[in-house]
Amino acid sequence: MGNVLVFAEHQHQKFAKTTLVAISAGKDAAAKSGGECHAAVFGKGIEALANELAEYGVKKVYAVDDPALEHYTADAHAAALAQLIKDKSIDTLIATATAVGKDLLPRVAALLGAGMASEVLAFNADGTMQRPMYAGNVVATVAIEASPKVVSVRATAFDAAAKGGKGEVEKVSATIDAGAKKTKFVDFNEIKSDRPVLTEARIVVSGGRALKSGENFKTVLEPLVDALGAAMGASRAAVDAGFVPNDLQVGQTGKVVAPQLYIAVGISGAIQHLAGMKDSKIIVAINKDEEAPIFQVADYGLVADLFKAVPEMKEEIEKLKH
Amino acid sequence: MKILVTVKRVPDPNAAIKVKPDGSGIVTDNLKYVVNPFDEIAVEEALRLKDKGGGAEVVLVSIGAKTCSEQLRTGLAMGADRAILVLAEQELDSLAVARILEKLARDEKADVIVMGKQAIDDDANQTGQMLAALLGWPQATFASKAESLESEAEKQGIPGVVMKDASAKVIREVDGGLETLELPLPAVITVDLRLNTPRYASLPGIMKARKKELKEVPVDSLGVDVKPRLKVLKLDPPPKRQAGRKVASVQELVQILHNEVKVI
Repeated sequence: MGNVLVFAEHQHQKFAKTTLVAISAGKDAAAKSGGECHAAVFGKGIEALANELAEYGVKKVYAVDDPALEHYTADAHAAALAQLIKDKSIDTLIATATAVGKDLLPRVAALLGAGMASEVLAFNADGTMQRPMYAGNVVATVAIEASPKVVSVRATAFDAAAKGGKGEVEKVSATIDAGAKKTKFVDFNEIKSDRPVLTEARIVVSGGRALKSGENFKTVLEPLVDALGAAMGASRAAVDAGFVPNDLQVGQTGKVVAPQLYIAVGISGAIQHLAGMKDSKIIVAINKDEEAPIFQVADYGLVADLFKAVPEMKEEIEKLKH
Repeated sequence: MKILVTVKRVPDPNAAIKVKPDGSGIVTDNLKYVVNPFDEIAVEEALRLKDKGGGAEVVLVSIGAKTCSEQLRTGLAMGADRAILVLAEQELDSLAVARILEKLARDEKADVIVMGKQAIDDDANQTGQMLAALLGWPQATFASKAESLESEAEKQGIPGVVMKDASAKVIREVDGGLETLELPLPAVITVDLRLNTPRYASLPGIMKARKKELKEVPVDSLGVDVKPRLKVLKLDPPPKRQAGRKVASVQELVQILHNEVKVI
C-alpha cells in the first residue's frame, strides 16, 4: 500500500509515447497496490511540461526545475530523483526502459538500497511482476519485497496513457550535492528522420546484412519502407557493417518493437533479433534461404531473392493506392 | 592505471533455452557456458587501453562457483594480467553483485571499471549503474564508437574510449543517435555491442594464462550484504506464436496483407 512515482522523460519539450506508456504502467501498478500514481518531470524551464503531464490523470506532478538538470546526466538526475523518492515517501519508482530509463533507474535503486526489476511486462495482482530473461526465451515471475522498489517497464508491454483528469502540480527544489554532478555532457549526434519513430510505428520494415550495402538500403529497401509509410529497422549485422546507424537496430539489446506488421527482409532470424520483434502482431519474412530460422516465427514467409521481391512488393503496394 | 573488468559465466547465447517443467529453472543438461559476450567486449576494450595507453594493469573479476575460473582463464588468455574469483554458491541479484564489486574496487584502488552493459542470461542491465552509485563515481553506459566494426580504426585495435590522465571521453549509443560524455576518473563504463570486436585468445596466450594469478576469495570474507532484494519466483516459457505459412509470390503476400489480414 504505497504510492507510485513515474519518472517522465521528455525531449524537445515533448513527451514521447514511451513516457505515456510509463504513465499507464504507473497507474496499473498503483491500482493493484492500492496507492496513488504520481509523476515527476525534471529539467530546466519545465513548467509547461509539468502542466501537460498533469492532464494525464496522475494525482500529483512534481516539477523539479534546476539548471543542473537541463541536460540529462545520470549522476545529477539520480541524486535528485533518489532524494525525491525519500522526501515524498514513494514506494515504487517506474520509468520506461529507454536509454535514459536504463541508465538512470539502477543508479537510483542503488542510492536507495532498493531492488530493481528491469523490462517488466506486467504487474500481477499479488504484487509480483513478469519480466523476460534469456533474450525473451523465458518469462520470469519476480518479486521485490522491501520498499522502495524500482521498476523499468518494456515500452511495448503497455498502452500509451490518454489524457483525462487534472492532477496537482507541485514545484520541488532539486537537492543535488555539489560533488554529485561530475559528468560533462559534450554533444549529441542526433539522427534525424522524417519517418515514423521505430518504437512507435504501426509498420516496421527491417533489413539485414543480405542487403549488402548502405546504398542498397537506400535504393532497394527505403522505397518499400516509404510506400508503406513505415519505420525502418535493421539487424545487428547490418548495423555492425556500417550500412545503417545504430539507432535502427532491432533486437535483444537494441530496440524492442511490437508493431501491427513487421517485415524482415534478408534477415536470418538469430535469437537475439527475434527477441526484439517476436511480439509483433503479424510477421512477414522475405529471405532467399528457406531454412532461415526467421521463417519459424513468420506468419507469412516468402522464399525469394530480396533484390527482386522488394521492388516488386513496392510496385504492388503502389497499385493498391490507385 | 588499474582497470577492473567483470567476466560473467553465462550459457551460450545461441543455445535453445528451455524451462524445466516445474518452472524452477532452465534445463542445463548439455549446456555450454561462455564469457558473457558484452564482458568479452569489456575485456577487449581494457586490453586496448592497456596496449595503446602506455601501460595499465587489467584485473578480471568473476563471481560464482569454481567453474567461473574457466571464463577467467579465457580473459587471461586474451591478455589480462590477473583475476579474482569471488566464490559464492547463493543466488545474487544485481545489487548484491554491485556491493561485492564495490568492495573489490575500493580494495584494489581501481581507476576505471569496465563491464558488459548486461548479461545475456538475466538481461538485467543494472549492475554497472548500481556499482557507480555505490562508489559515488560517474557512469557512462552503452559505450560504443562512431566508426563501424569494419573500419580501419577498428582493424588497428584503437580503443573507442579516449582516456586521458584524469578523464575518459565516452561515446554512447542512446535512443536517436550517439552521445558523447566526458567523465573524471575514477569512473564506471559499461560497454555495448559495437565498441569493438574482441580478439581470440592465441595459443601462447592460453599457455601464459595458466601461470597468471587467479585468486579465490570466499564471498563471506568480504563482509558485504548480499541478501537479495529481487527474487525470481518462477520461470515460464514465452507465449507461443501460431505456426505460419509460406506464400508463393509477392502478389499473394500483398493480397493477404491487404484483403485478408487488412494490415496494409
